[in-house]
Amino acid sequence: MQELCKHPFVLVRLPMPDDACVSCEIGYSSLLVHRRCPMMYGKGLKDYVEQVPGSRSGSLFSERTLYPYVTGTALVALVYRDGILMAADMGGSYGSTLRYKTIERIKPIGKHSLLGASGEISDFQEILRYLDELILYDNMWDDGNSLGPKEVHNYLTQLMYNRRNKFNPLWNSLVLGGVKNGQKYLGMVSMIGVSFKENHVATGFGNHLARPILRDEWNENLSFEDGVKLLEKCMRVLLYRDRSAVNKIQIVKITEEGTTNFPPYSLKTFWGFESYEKPTAGEEGHHLKMTN
Amino acid sequence: MFRNQYDTDVTTWSPAGRLFQVEYAMEAVKQGSAAIGLRSRTHVVLACVNKANNELSSHQKKIFKVDDHIGVAIAGLTADGRVLSRYMRSECINHAFTYESPLPVGRLVVQLADKAQVCTQRSWKRPYGVGLLVAGLDESGAHLYYNCPSGNYFEYQAFAIGSRSQAAKTYLERRFEKFMDSSRDDLVKDALIAIRETLQGERLTSNICTVAVVGVGEPFHILDQNTVQQLIDAFEIVAEEEPPAAEAGDAADQETAAGEGAPAEEGAAPMDI
Repeated sequence: MQELCKHPFVLVRLPMPDDACVSCEIGYSSLLVHRRCPMMYGKGLKDYVEQVPGSRSGSLFSERTLYPYVTGTALVALVYRDGILMAADMGGSYGSTLRYKTIERIKPIGKHSLLGASGEISDFQEILRYLDELILYDNMWDDGNSLGPKEVHNYLTQLMYNRRNKFNPLWNSLVLGGVKNGQKYLGMVSMIGVSFKENHVATGFGNHLARPILRDEWNENLSFEDGVKLLEKCMRVLLYRDRSAVNKIQIVKITEEGTTNFPPYSLKTFWGFESYEKPTAGEEGHHLKMTN
Repeated sequence: MFRNQYDTDVTTWSPAGRLFQVEYAMEAVKQGSAAIGLRSRTHVVLACVNKANNELSSHQKKIFKVDDHIGVAIAGLTADGRVLSRYMRSECINHAFTYESPLPVGRLVVQLADKAQVCTQRSWKRPYGVGLLVAGLDESGAHLYYNCPSGNYFEYQAFAIGSRSQAAKTYLERRFEKFMDSSRDDLVKDALIAIRETLQGERLTSNICTVAVVGVGEPFHILDQNTVQQLIDAFEIVAEEEPPAAEAGDAADQETAAGEGAPAEEGAAPMDI
């Protein structure tokens, strides 16, 4: 059995099979080559993407996303009496660093929809560019017809699913909500193309922390104030328990009349628990315990 | 229009600024058998005359369902019409797949018109020799459009194309103002009478005409022969009392009178489709 090198290797199609480094060569038309093999120098190989044999004519490599970089955390949204309410924090994390604090993760799309995203922010911006073009062409028809939330949701579903099939996903969980002709619509699309409609949705950590709250407390006739209170309850739990949450909340509402962006604000938190104020109470005899 | 030195190909202008090939293509539409369309606020009706070449053969299919909310009637080169119908069906289904929503008629018609225009500006192509009456529903209501080989399209309250369509147009012109608020059944009746006008005295039977309806809550479908025959019989009885041209718009007794008339005289015996 041939011993493969332990370093990360990559599948490439090299011009000449003999060029591959001896320790890694497998004698097929696609070769497993050491990523650091001198033969790979200058081939434009990046460490954070994986190369697969190029399917597009003329290119030796195609790339696919392996992991996201600047990410947004959870998003929560619900249908209320007059329309849709969506809430997200304004943070963009760079790994474990809470690096950016003014990222708007909820944007209006056309006249009738709102798109919120968690996951890779650059992919969200790319999606916004696609949708911008879509809405532009829709407006250019100028014929009394317009793309509503249902149409945009389905377009996004196809977009995400087709990217997933090419093993190059847009690394986002999207929430699409809107109102058109009195019909309220709220749906989600994930990065693998799973798509559905619901009365209340959440992404990321919100799936675990917010949805149980929404299941218990959501009802069809929520007023605007009740809706905001419910969203705040969810966002507060997320703020306490999600390490990538940032205390700067953006709430956006959409109704038949249009979109309203509320100015970002912070949630009030309470940390005055006895266990936090006296963390070592009850630990008799510990050598680090303060004696006072 | 006489033959002249500027009509050999579609990309040659005449000194008078005309494209003769395109105009000849529109002549082909006038030679086809009649097709008419009319619409109200909520429904659109298409009807056409189906003549078989001879007793042994079947009719030309002239009305095509494009989607649940769109249908088209053609006049002219039916082969061209079939190809364009296939294009329309393809566009509708692609839109429905991506957006889960029906393609608005107005947009389909523009795409069709642009496709026809291409053929008027390529030396290796020829214009489509077919006129299309596109009937459909979208967010803004019921619509009837006419697409012609030149690449133009117009929206109509009511229209007739094909041979002897002028008689139908005259009938429709007299009555079109009432169409917007007509009931569905009145619309169908008016369509059948307009078809009868193009027959110039020949007896109208369900064998030689086809009627299709699309409306709010009613997907596009072609009415079956029996239904059409009943409708014809209903107003033929009334029409015996007064000449057809002066018929007033009597509405309600159509349904009650249906089925009363004797079965229509067969005349030619063409196959049903």
